[in-house]
Amino acid sequence: MTAAMEVQGVSKRFRIYREKPSSLKQRVLSGRIRAEDFWALRDVSFDVPQGESIALIGHNGSGKTTLLKVIAGILRPTEGIVRQRGRIAALLELGAGFHPELTGKENVYLNASFLGLSRRDTDRVYDDIVAFAELGDFMGTAVKFYSSGMLVRLGFAVAVHVDPDVLLIDEVLAVGDEAFQARCLERVAWFQKQGRTIVLVTHALDMVRQICDHAVMLDHGTVQAIGAPDDVVREMRMTILKHDLDYLTEEGSKTVEIAAARLLRDGTALEGSLRPGQVVAIQVDLRTNEPVDDPVVSFALHDGTNRFVFGSDSASAGVSLGHIDGERRVTFRLGPVPFVAGKYWVTIGVHSRDHDHTYHVQDQRYSFEVQQPEGGRDQVFLPVDVEVHDL
Amino acid sequence: MLDSPVRAPTPPTSGSGSIEPARGACEIATVADLTERTSEPPKLRIGRRIRELYLYREILWNLVRKELKVKYTASVLGAVWSLLNPVVFLAVFWFVSVVLGTGLADYPVFLLAGLLAWNLFNVSLSTGAQAVISNANLVKKVYFPREILPLATVGVTLVDLVLQSAVFIAFLLVSGYGFTAAAVWLYPLAFGALLAFTIAVTMWVSSMNVRYRDVQHLLGLGLLVWFWFTPIVYPARLVQDKLSEYAVGGFSLWDAYLLNPVATIVLGFQRALYHTPGADGVDRAMPDVSITWLAGMLGLVLFGSLALLYLTWRTYFRMSGDFAEEL
Repeated sequence: MTAAMEVQGVSKRFRIYREKPSSLKQRVLSGRIRAEDFWALRDVSFDVPQGESIALIGHNGSGKTTLLKVIAGILRPTEGIVRQRGRIAALLELGAGFHPELTGKENVYLNASFLGLSRRDTDRVYDDIVAFAELGDFMGTAVKFYSSGMLVRLGFAVAVHVDPDVLLIDEVLAVGDEAFQARCLERVAWFQKQGRTIVLVTHALDMVRQICDHAVMLDHGTVQAIGAPDDVVREMRMTILKHDLDYLTEEGSKTVEIAAARLLRDGTALEGSLRPGQVVAIQVDLRTNEPVDDPVVSFALHDGTNRFVFGSDSASAGVSLGHIDGERRVTFRLGPVPFVAGKYWVTIGVHSRDHDHTYHVQDQRYSFEVQQPEGGRDQVFLPVDVEVHDL
Repeated sequence: MLDSPVRAPTPPTSGSGSIEPARGACEIATVADLTERTSEPPKLRIGRRIRELYLYREILWNLVRKELKVKYTASVLGAVWSLLNPVVFLAVFWFVSVVLGTGLADYPVFLLAGLLAWNLFNVSLSTGAQAVISNANLVKKVYFPREILPLATVGVTLVDLVLQSAVFIAFLLVSGYGFTAAAVWLYPLAFGALLAFTIAVTMWVSSMNVRYRDVQHLLGLGLLVWFWFTPIVYPARLVQDKLSEYAVGGFSLWDAYLLNPVATIVLGFQRALYHTPGADGVDRAMPDVSITWLAGMLGLVLFGSLALLYLTWRTYFRMSGDFAEEL
């Protein structure tokens, strides 16, 4: 399959001036300009196959928009190369070029030309744009009299009528209410059906899973994860964990809460990666908000491709937690770990014995990594005892 | 390199089908043109660049149209303002010329012939200096060939010039002043030279001003000096008479004066439109040069300006890749 876009080793350096020397005098007199380098992108590489949709995710300041601008040709890469085929349109801002003194109609034509639509193209879709924006009576009015909502609608209406081979979308489309979002998604789906290539920057991780073929996660300008949306989103959640807990999925009535949970090796917190055959423990601290009889703590392990690999719970191990009012600590000792190299995600849940009540679930919030010794080709780890006898 | 391309179910498209493609289906298949973006500032290849500019021509027209609309829609007199400016200028200098006594017949014709040309140069440069900066938001958010910005400012002033010249020339015809067939052919030549030189300098000014904001201040002063070193309100004959005697090895101060390309261009406009000598048969306006010599000079300025345009365009092109960052 041909790649609609190849990003190869792209880096972008910004020079941050304490005080930007914007005049000759400053440049001449201050012999040494105090500038600091800031690498917004470092050696970013990926391909976008023709007709696929790719999401760029990462928290604020991770370089997503910079990357989009480099791809669009607005910024020049400091290193590396971007190859791109076909007509490209970048939606970095709604209503680019809008001028308050011009009428709605004039602004539509102006804005459309910046998005690569010719006058004739715009003529053809003009009525649709007006209908989409629901501004039929106002197209002859200068947009300075528009409300901000009307402006957004107009900008959006033009944006969804662009028709490039490659579409770059920054978070602009995340504005607006739900009906608006739905129409945006509808449009994206239409593009996908037409076999267009889409690069999407977004914070809406669920949308990434829903509509994208691949995802690339950036962190501090480097590619942290790349691949199927599910995996990258999980990786993203893991990173966000350090910054923002709200992104995580948690469910349950919280009659019993998972107050804390940790992974242990030899009784101390797990650091670094495991070797196959080592013993790992999952320790869960429970806290009740109301007294509860006989809850069950369960856990599940998923591998890097989101495949369920193993799960168990306190009940099937024959342990009853009894009546809890207050705090309790449950430790699962797993071992020796039979897995080979890979990352494993731990889901922990607390529920009633009959599964009717889910008290608290933390979905894939913890993880550990298993590393195979150098040169290992094992598919699974089996503990092997060797005995040697004289005959 | 990307594994397991599992497409999640796409959201259902509603049956409305209200969004239609803006482009004919036949064009979609043409996904061949490859764009490469590298760290190196690209080399300016004139032919390819002109083709690219042609592709984006609608942005240029739209920007010019926008500027004109914005300039004139909210005003009662509209485009009349563009005519009023030279008229007021004319009134002032007519008064001055009467007081100082230049002794030129039909002084308004003489003045306007040069002044309209100068205005194109002057206004293009002063607004061109802001061309990139005042469109910072566009430059940061949209890709398009950046040359469009200075070209649009020249375009807007060009529309004004055409409007003013049309009224001026109509006046010459209606009033019975008329044209001299022997000289009027200099007009298109002078016009071409003016346009080429203006675009060349405007490109340079607008790119330099992004990095060094001194340029716009320097420009105000520079244009003032430049104006008075160009024979617009006073006749070049005066300069020739007074400066020719100061010469070193055949190169006089008058020759130095003519190194100013705008002086040659303005002389071209004046020679083309202004009747010289005046009614009394004494030429007090134009220097003692033949029409062929002037035409040769205009040709030289035209080609020199095209060469200059290549250089400033190259500079502009090289710098324009960093505009989004520097603004």
